[in-house]
Amino acid sequence: MAKSWEEINARIARGEAVVVTAEEFAEIAKADGVKAAARKVDVVTTGTFGPMCSSGVFLNFGHSDPPIKMGTITLNDVPASGGLAAVDTYLGVTEPSLTKGIEYGGAHVIEDLLSGKAVRLKATGPGTDCYPRTEIDTWVTLEELNQAYFFNPRNAYQNYAVAVNSSDRAVYTYLGPLLPRLGNATFCSAGALSPLLNDPTYRTIGVGTRCFVAGAPGYVAWEGTQHNPNQTRDEHDVPVAPSGTIAVIADLKAASPEFFSAATFTGYGVSSFVGIGVPIPVLDEEIAETLALTDADIQATIIDYGVATRSRPSFGRVTYAQLRSGEITIEGRKVPTGPISSLPKARRIATVLKEWVGERRWTLAPPLQPLPQPGSQAFKPLEIRNEEAV
Amino acid sequence: MARRRLDLTFPPRQATKAIAYHLVKDYDLVPNFLRAQIQPGQQGRMLVEVSGKKESIDAAITFLGHEGITVAEAASDLNLDEDRCVACGLCTAVCKPGALSLATGDYALVFDKDKCVYCEACVVACPRRAVTLTF
Repeated sequence: MAKSWEEINARIARGEAVVVTAEEFAEIAKADGVKAAARKVDVVTTGTFGPMCSSGVFLNFGHSDPPIKMGTITLNDVPASGGLAAVDTYLGVTEPSLTKGIEYGGAHVIEDLLSGKAVRLKATGPGTDCYPRTEIDTWVTLEELNQAYFFNPRNAYQNYAVAVNSSDRAVYTYLGPLLPRLGNATFCSAGALSPLLNDPTYRTIGVGTRCFVAGAPGYVAWEGTQHNPNQTRDEHDVPVAPSGTIAVIADLKAASPEFFSAATFTGYGVSSFVGIGVPIPVLDEEIAETLALTDADIQATIIDYGVATRSRPSFGRVTYAQLRSGEITIEGRKVPTGPISSLPKARRIATVLKEWVGERRWTLAPPLQPLPQPGSQAFKPLEIRNEEAV
Repeated sequence: MARRRLDLTFPPRQATKAIAYHLVKDYDLVPNFLRAQIQPGQQGRMLVEVSGKKESIDAAITFLGHEGITVAEAASDLNLDEDRCVACGLCTAVCKPGALSLATGDYALVFDKDKCVYCEACVVACPRRAVTLTF
C-alpha cells in the first residue's frame, strides 16, 4: 500500500482527505493496526511549542525624508542589526534590552509588534550624500512595516537533552533552573507530537515544505543550524539526542501572539517560544510506523548540566512517557521532572494544522531539496587556535 | 490536629513582639513561618502555618487579636497570570513541595495552595514572568 503525493493532494483538493494529529494517528494504529491506519489516513499533523533561541525577524522600515542609512538601530531599546541595507534590519529574539537587560529582549519586541503595539525605533547613521540624515527617533507598528518576516535559523529540534545537575549548587540554564544534587530534571520536546520525530530520516520534510510558523503559513527554508543527522538512533531510526533541525520562514504579519511568546530564563537570557507544526503525508507503511510511535517509544538522553564543558556526562536514557509521568529514576534515585515545551500548545498547533490541510485544503509538496540525510555530514565543534595552527 | 495558614499584619508599634514564643508555650501550637516582612517601626506581615488542637488555634487567634495583630486566613498570595502562562510546565520542575503540577490528560497547570510554601522558586523559573507573589 503506497500513496503518492499527487493522490494525497487530489484528496485534499476534493475535501476528502483524512487528516489527524500524530496523537490521534497513534490511537488509530493501536486500535486497527499500522497497516489499516496507513490506508485510512492521508495526512498526519504535528506540533511543538518550545523555546527556540535561534529565531528572529527581518524588517524593512521604509525611508524617512530625508533618508537615513541606519547603522546603530534599537527597537524599544533592544539593538537590531545595522549590517544590512539602509532601512533593513534583523532582530534576533535573544538580544537583551540596553536598559532592561534580559527581562525584555528581541523576543518581547516581536511579541509587542504581534500584539499590535507601537514600538520605538531609534537609529543613527553616518550621513552620506544619498542618506544625509544622521539620527532618527520614531514609532513603528507591524501593520506599517513594508516587510516583516520570520527567518528562524534553527527551530523544531529533533529531540533534545534531559537536563539534570549533579553539582552542589543550583545552575541556571536555557533548560531552566536545575536544582543541585539531581534535584530535578527538565526536558524540552513535544515527543510523539514533535515534527521531526515523526519523520526521523527527513523523507517528507525538506526545503520548501509547507509548515505552521507561529500561527502563520510558512516554509522550511533550509536545514537548520547545527542540523546533525548522525546522532545515535534507535531501532525505529529515531534519534535519541538532539539531531535534525529546520530553518523556517513565514510572514510576521500573518503570525499570532497565541503561538509566539517571549521568554526570559533567569540567569541565562532571552528566548522565545515558537509554535512549529508540519503536516506529514502518510505515503506508506514505513512512515506510518514512525507516525504511530508514542511517548513510550521515544527516548531522550539525560545530560549533566552541572558540568560546564562541551561534552557533558550522561546518565543514560529515558522515554518521554517516563518524563511525562513527573518522575524518573537516576542511579536509583527518584528525580522529579518538568517540561519546558508546552504540550497543550503543541496539541493546539497540530489541531489548527489539521484544519488548514483538511478544511482550507492546504496541499502538500515533496521537498524541493532534501535535508542532509544520516551519514551525509559531520557536526563539527569550534577549536580555539591561532592563525598558524589553521 | 488541625492546620491553618494565617496571614498576620502587625501594627508598627507591635512589630517586635515575640509571637512564636506565645504560640508554642501558651497554646501548644507548632508554627511554621513561611514568609515574613518585619522592620522595626513599620507595619509587618507574617505568613504562618500553625498546627495544633482546633480550639487552641482559635484561642491563639483571639490572643493575637488582643495583641493588636490583624489575623486573616492566608488568601491567594500566589497569582498566576493566565493570559501570560503558556502551560510550558517549567514551574512544576522547580516546585519542591509539589504545589504546582500538570494534570494528567490535558497537562493543564494545577496549583494546590495548601502545599505552597511561598519559596518563590516558580517566580524565578517562569520564563513568561506569569507568577507573582503578593506577599
